[in-house]
Amino acid sequence: MKRLDRSELIFKIFAYVLVTVFVLTTIYPFIYSVSMAISSDSAVTFGRVVLWPVEIQLNAVTDLIVGEWAKSFWIAYTNTLFYTFYGTIFSMTLSIFAAYALSRRNLVFKRQIGFFIVFTMWFSAGLIPTYINYREMMVNNRWGIIYGFGVQAFNILLLRNYFNGISREIEEAAIVDGANEFQVLSNIYLPMSKSALATITLFYALNRWNGYFWNMRLVQGTEHPLQVVLRGIITNASNTDDIFNYPYSEFSLAYAAIVLSIIPIVVIYPYLQRYFARGVNVGGVKE
Amino acid sequence: MNNTAKMKRELTPEEIHHEELMEELERTRWRRYWHQIKKSWPVYVMLIPVILFFYFFRYRPIGGILVAFKNYDNYAISIGESDFYGLYAFRYLIVGPQAERFWQAFRNTFTLSAYGLFFGFPIPIVLALLFSEIRNETYRNITQIISYLPRFISTVVITSLIGLMLFQGSINQSPGILNTLFAKLGWIEEGGAVMTEPEFFRSIYIISGIWEGAGYGSIVYFAAIMAISPTNYEAAKIDGANKLAQIRYVTLPGMAPTLTIMLILRIGDILSVGYEKVLLLTQNQGLSVLSTAEVISTYVLTLGGLWSSGSGSGVSFAAAADLFNSFIAMFLVLGANYISRRVSDTSLF
Repeated sequence: MKRLDRSELIFKIFAYVLVTVFVLTTIYPFIYSVSMAISSDSAVTFGRVVLWPVEIQLNAVTDLIVGEWAKSFWIAYTNTLFYTFYGTIFSMTLSIFAAYALSRRNLVFKRQIGFFIVFTMWFSAGLIPTYINYREMMVNNRWGIIYGFGVQAFNILLLRNYFNGISREIEEAAIVDGANEFQVLSNIYLPMSKSALATITLFYALNRWNGYFWNMRLVQGTEHPLQVVLRGIITNASNTDDIFNYPYSEFSLAYAAIVLSIIPIVVIYPYLQRYFARGVNVGGVKE
Repeated sequence: MNNTAKMKRELTPEEIHHEELMEELERTRWRRYWHQIKKSWPVYVMLIPVILFFYFFRYRPIGGILVAFKNYDNYAISIGESDFYGLYAFRYLIVGPQAERFWQAFRNTFTLSAYGLFFGFPIPIVLALLFSEIRNETYRNITQIISYLPRFISTVVITSLIGLMLFQGSINQSPGILNTLFAKLGWIEEGGAVMTEPEFFRSIYIISGIWEGAGYGSIVYFAAIMAISPTNYEAAKIDGANKLAQIRYVTLPGMAPTLTIMLILRIGDILSVGYEKVLLLTQNQGLSVLSTAEVISTYVLTLGGLWSSGSGSGVSFAAAADLFNSFIAMFLVLGANYISRRVSDTSLF
């Protein structure tokens, strides 16, 4: 162990304390949500839950999973899974193809195509024209939501830069052996850029999973994804003047819905975080 | 005189050869392109879907900007059927009946961003510094992973948690936990309204923004700090630098390029405040909170009838407000990018 002088030691203690406080603040709302979801009616109503659950009940959670609210909740959940799954595949396919094509050195009209894509980062038509366009392009059903959203110029550039950094020698060897462009892409480029692919997949999937406004605006009722239904449940719960005849507080229901909606993220996230911590590097992006 | 004489002088054989070559290349240009495309056609096939997507969903809406110059108040009719009203919508917003609300939204956008920048920008940097001090790798990894997590949680969940935890209480439900805490601290009266009050909105927005984004934002600075060679610290220590001096003279200069770029990019984004979080935070919270909460994007959605409380009769005005804002915002982004390229040779585009 290196010797630390006094200022270094003080700073180190300071760092440990502050980081711990920050992390506890970060994690507190999650623990609190779980506790509120499974605490008894009176504990929630009279504000006796501070950190851990008080007088545990599981009715709010079970009513969402198998009981009273299960039907609309699961429809919404399945919708979100549908949008996330197909949407991410759609976005990734387009982004990978575009990034690969743009990484070809002798692409005809390379500059023009690059500009065509980059321009969308500088200027967008705005919310109203975008909405009018979605109406005209029939983005008002499940498949519309899939094809109408999801390719971001920034992600294409990120991936293109990554592809540019891959050595051309292996590729040339493969071409000599008779590989075509699709084979070069799938056998050389994709396996060599796993962390960039994982990062971009994560962000596309998150956008789909977390998206609210346009889904709420463009599709109706049973096609609504989880976030829209979740918002509805919470809005109802906050309107506590209504009579609520269940063996738990309406707040427990709201917190239970929140917890159930973030479980997939919390479960998958630890496996993916090592990729994006390496893959994201905004400072290094350059045309 | 001298110039024309120069231009008329005889061309050397090399120059003639060069010119012929250029002419030949020019003549065969399209044939060469065609040959190139035929040779590696899969690449061009790959470009088709993305070009179609960008055309239909990014470029096609640009034509819709016309509604800002038209009398268009009903989404059911086509843009072509409505009459031209010239700059009427802009006059209506900038100096006309809507001027007060429009400029309020414009000011709010700027204020919210500027405060967010002022308070939010340094925190990820400090956090990265603190993380770099933690030498126990297991503990550091765990704390870092947890700190990034809120960035992945949806706006609906975050705004709902804020609303529930700041809930002011009612006959059937005691106040939310944060409401109780703030009342104990004496910041608000017991069971006092928070979400509906204009004076709290900015703090709520910015503090929750820090809670969400600081951990994730620290990644890029942490990488910059880790890239500084340990020998620099050794040298500083031999020169008698204590920890603060080391930060001041080694760490900060070492991360200066990253810092500059991030700051410039943030300034470029100063007029784009996302609508989703603001809409959700102010939903069902009454109208008075809007005096600090309404930003251009939410104003556009409300006026354009795309958000619950809007009537939809002001589509053209909404489009005009949006265009006005995104025009200024575009120059800010381009300017920021230009400066970033100048100062650090790094740019986003």
